[in-house]
Amino acid sequence: MPNIREEYDVIVVGAGHAGCEAALAAARMGLNTICFTVSCESIAMMPCNPNIGGSSKGHLVREIDALGGEMGKNIDATFIQSKMLNKSKGPAVHSLRAQADKSDYSRRMRKVMENTENLFVRQAEVTEIMVKDGVIQGVKTLSGAQYFAKAVVLCTGVYLKAKCIHGDVSYETGPNGLQAANHLTASLIENGIEVRRFKTGTPARVDKRSIDFSKMTEQFGDERVVPFSFTTDPETVQKEQVSCWLTYTNEETHQIIRDNLDRSPLYSGVIHGTGPRYCPSIEDKVVRFADKDRHQVFIEPEGLYTNEMYLGGMSSSMPEDVQYAMYRTVPGLEHVKIVRNAYAIEYDCISAVQLKSSLEFKKIRGLFAGGQFNGSSGYEEAAAQGIVAGINAAQYVKGKEPFILDRSEAYIGVLIDDLVTKESTEPYRMMTSRAEYRLLLRQDNADLRLTKRGYEVGLISKERYEGVLEKERLIAEEIERVKSVNIGTGGQVQALMQQYGSTELKTGATLAELIKRPELSYQALAPLDTHRPQLREDIAEQVNINLKYEGYIERQLRQVEHFKKLEKRIIPETMDYTAINGLRVEAMQKLEKFRPHSIGQASRISGVSPADISVLLVYMEQFRRRK
Amino acid sequence: MEDTIAAISTSTVSSGGISVVRISGENALSVAQQVFRSKKNKNVEDMESHTVHYGNIYNGEELIDEVLMVVMKAPNTYTREDVVEIDCHGGILVTKKVLEAVLSAGARLAEPGEFTKRAFLNGRIDLSQAEAVIDVIQSKNEYALKSSVRQLSGKLSEKIKGLRELVLNNVAYIEAALDDPEHISLDNYVNKLSIDVDKCVDNVDNLLKTCDNGRIAKEGIRTVILGKTNAGKSSLLNALAKEERAIVTDIEGTTRDTLEEQITIGGIQLNLIDTAGIRDTVDFVESIGVEKAKKLATEADLVIFVVDSTRTLDENDKDIISLIQDKKVITLLNKSDLTPVVTPEEMKKRLDCCVIPISAKEETGLDKLEDAIKELFFSGNLELNEDIYIANQRQKQLLIEAKEAFLLVKDGIESGMSEDFLTIDLMTAYEKLGYIIGEEVEDDLADKIFKSFCMGK
Repeated sequence: MPNIREEYDVIVVGAGHAGCEAALAAARMGLNTICFTVSCESIAMMPCNPNIGGSSKGHLVREIDALGGEMGKNIDATFIQSKMLNKSKGPAVHSLRAQADKSDYSRRMRKVMENTENLFVRQAEVTEIMVKDGVIQGVKTLSGAQYFAKAVVLCTGVYLKAKCIHGDVSYETGPNGLQAANHLTASLIENGIEVRRFKTGTPARVDKRSIDFSKMTEQFGDERVVPFSFTTDPETVQKEQVSCWLTYTNEETHQIIRDNLDRSPLYSGVIHGTGPRYCPSIEDKVVRFADKDRHQVFIEPEGLYTNEMYLGGMSSSMPEDVQYAMYRTVPGLEHVKIVRNAYAIEYDCISAVQLKSSLEFKKIRGLFAGGQFNGSSGYEEAAAQGIVAGINAAQYVKGKEPFILDRSEAYIGVLIDDLVTKESTEPYRMMTSRAEYRLLLRQDNADLRLTKRGYEVGLISKERYEGVLEKERLIAEEIERVKSVNIGTGGQVQALMQQYGSTELKTGATLAELIKRPELSYQALAPLDTHRPQLREDIAEQVNINLKYEGYIERQLRQVEHFKKLEKRIIPETMDYTAINGLRVEAMQKLEKFRPHSIGQASRISGVSPADISVLLVYMEQFRRRK
Repeated sequence: MEDTIAAISTSTVSSGGISVVRISGENALSVAQQVFRSKKNKNVEDMESHTVHYGNIYNGEELIDEVLMVVMKAPNTYTREDVVEIDCHGGILVTKKVLEAVLSAGARLAEPGEFTKRAFLNGRIDLSQAEAVIDVIQSKNEYALKSSVRQLSGKLSEKIKGLRELVLNNVAYIEAALDDPEHISLDNYVNKLSIDVDKCVDNVDNLLKTCDNGRIAKEGIRTVILGKTNAGKSSLLNALAKEERAIVTDIEGTTRDTLEEQITIGGIQLNLIDTAGIRDTVDFVESIGVEKAKKLATEADLVIFVVDSTRTLDENDKDIISLIQDKKVITLLNKSDLTPVVTPEEMKKRLDCCVIPISAKEETGLDKLEDAIKELFFSGNLELNEDIYIANQRQKQLLIEAKEAFLLVKDGIESGMSEDFLTIDLMTAYEKLGYIIGEEVEDDLADKIFKSFCMGK
């Protein structure tokens, strides 16, 4: 039987959060792109929590947006509640989080995908990768059809050999009963890719009509909503919001869990995959944090179209009857009706140390990977890798330099650098504490940091790029101006100081000096600043932050300068570490395995000492001079 | 050009007692400018390249030493960077202080072999020497790292571990709360943090004091005093102490039954190990004491052999003599105030070394001992254990940096910065303290957060 044969520039396998960003990036960069999904209805599906963003994840969404990705726009168009977290803390840890209408979110993304030029969505299960002499050729689908391309991006999420489990019930499907991809793993292994098994879980969804909200605390969204995307007009996102609800587990809940631990597949040994410590199932929490007498439960709507509610904080793989029993001990859930059971899911994925910083496989040219397949967790982490993998697939096809963000440029840089240099034993989750230069990598300045990079690869329009340049200019000018405005010690000045509980001025000060006082800000000093130009809110905010935290920011900038020196020393891809005599054996083995991109990256590999780095530098210089 | 490094250029301990502090890097001139003052008050950056200048070194307002300073501007220098060399005349202790002044002016202590590494990377050293450069880097670092960690007493590293634990607990709590603000509250946390940070500053201050007393790493010339019972070893120690040329910190030895003291004679630091602990148990040359003495003697840089000159040499003396044949030895014929039966001539026949008659009781001859030690040291026959010195200096520097980080946290608290700023400096302190005990940060924080805090969906 003659098989279908088609040819593309880029093939993307999977249309989840990573796959969508990858496919959109490649297509928008002008490449003929095909994106495979096991079900067109599951494009950009949110199989777990019904929200986008949150601490550090909100940063990722902003960065994706600044690079020209879709996630920010998509959530702005489909959110039903939004909140800026940590508003009382420093600007580096402000984080936007929005509840999504899951159905709208998925449908809108599908529409964007289906209407993007150069992009074709195809429903089929990819079963093989085709590799020749270490170079990717394309993929085969279950029907035997062959799709050829110069670059392939794997974004298989949790679908490879997926297995859902609760109690002693298990079935081999992906999330929400979607078809698992059972063939591709074997092909990956055949081509020398090492595969491992991770696990994650999700709580039950329950019927809103069976919940007694009067026993819970209502959680509102922010009065003034801030959009994710820098392109979204803030006025368009001021709309009526839906509430979430807070309640707690109690001793009775915990007792039921303890009594039934032997029936949990986690503890009985049915589940083999490694789960994340940071989003433990409720049974995990009860065992590991035995001294806590209660745990929070957030009841979150899954959308406006449905009565399903998500029980945040109570993911589980307990048998159905135990789930019922434990949920019904929680105030407000006494009569709860489950719509979908909580379950754990196991899946095949890889350790990303097999990838370069461009997310290309070290051993197979033209093969890229992104998302949960790389051992991460979370929609935002997936999307962030997706866009980078998509950009790099396109760069590769075009014969251009890899697109790499370093740790001082973006959370995305931190995320990918961590994934490719650290051997993680659990799904990787972003946290602001992982970013050593987080004062510089704020969600409020993602556009200033990354729009240029998006523009360079062709994902950002000239107009948008110039807008950012203009913004930059206005900020710099205003900072200069504010530094030179002395406001004296007049009556109006002292009155304002008093109003904000700030000490009286004995001698005059510049506006810039006053902004540094914790109780004052650029905005607060407006009445004293008679020549202040009319500036947009986001510009004023940058002026304020840059002046207020100048000392801290400058310190981090100095650190970055030092960091950059090492990052810029690129190690030749052909480096033979076994030929370097002075390296300790452990360091030699690690370097050979990780094959770091730069000296900076090499220095972050555990087991490589500063002396090894010195040796490597000397060797590289020796190598260079011989040439 | 790279960041600015400094170190004592060690091979230059010459007979004149001059040692050199070398500075290299982009800020070498401005660092020198901060510590060097001359009559003409000339700015170091304006000095011509390859010129020598006379002046004084200051650390802040404290006068350290009178020096000659050589200014060499890039690129015609050893490292091809700006280089300043300060020739110090005041002995090794003063040289250390000069280095400290340079470090507090912004230079970083050089890693072992770092000048050579830079010389090579900047094209100053021939390609054929690359392998040798690699060898130096690897062997010296390996040794320095091992010795620096090994030299820490158990108590000290316990203290540092305790401090790190305290810091990490605080950071983990704060970061967990920032990551999951709806589950974990930071209300009033800063009050607790403030107390903990004060505690950290106090602790680091105490460690720094210990450091100045040379207790962090036991630097100095490893000197073992040997002699049979009643030869006068303790009188010798007392005499050295009484004369107040000896300073004095007693350190419990790693082996607990020997006593170690640090004594400075003529600007040279001796790490004196007295075998007194075993003298009362049995006759020295018998039993387990022999093994111990042998071991100490083999490890020693210098042996001071105390002989009771009023008694003829017996088997014990002869055993000791055979034990120390190959060592650098100064023999003291004690009790010269009584009627000696052992003459220097006889002694020299048995052991090729410097022999000095002394009376520990009358405190005569001690000046000759001082001369003898100086002679050995400055003739290059006896060397300071530089690796340990470097280790000590590095640890001190790290402690200073940790303290600075803690002080920044305090500043932050006082000026009302939110907790997410405070953890940045806390992590810096954590990292610096870790380097002292040879531990890197890795994923400590994420591990701690996940282990200690229940968070997530």
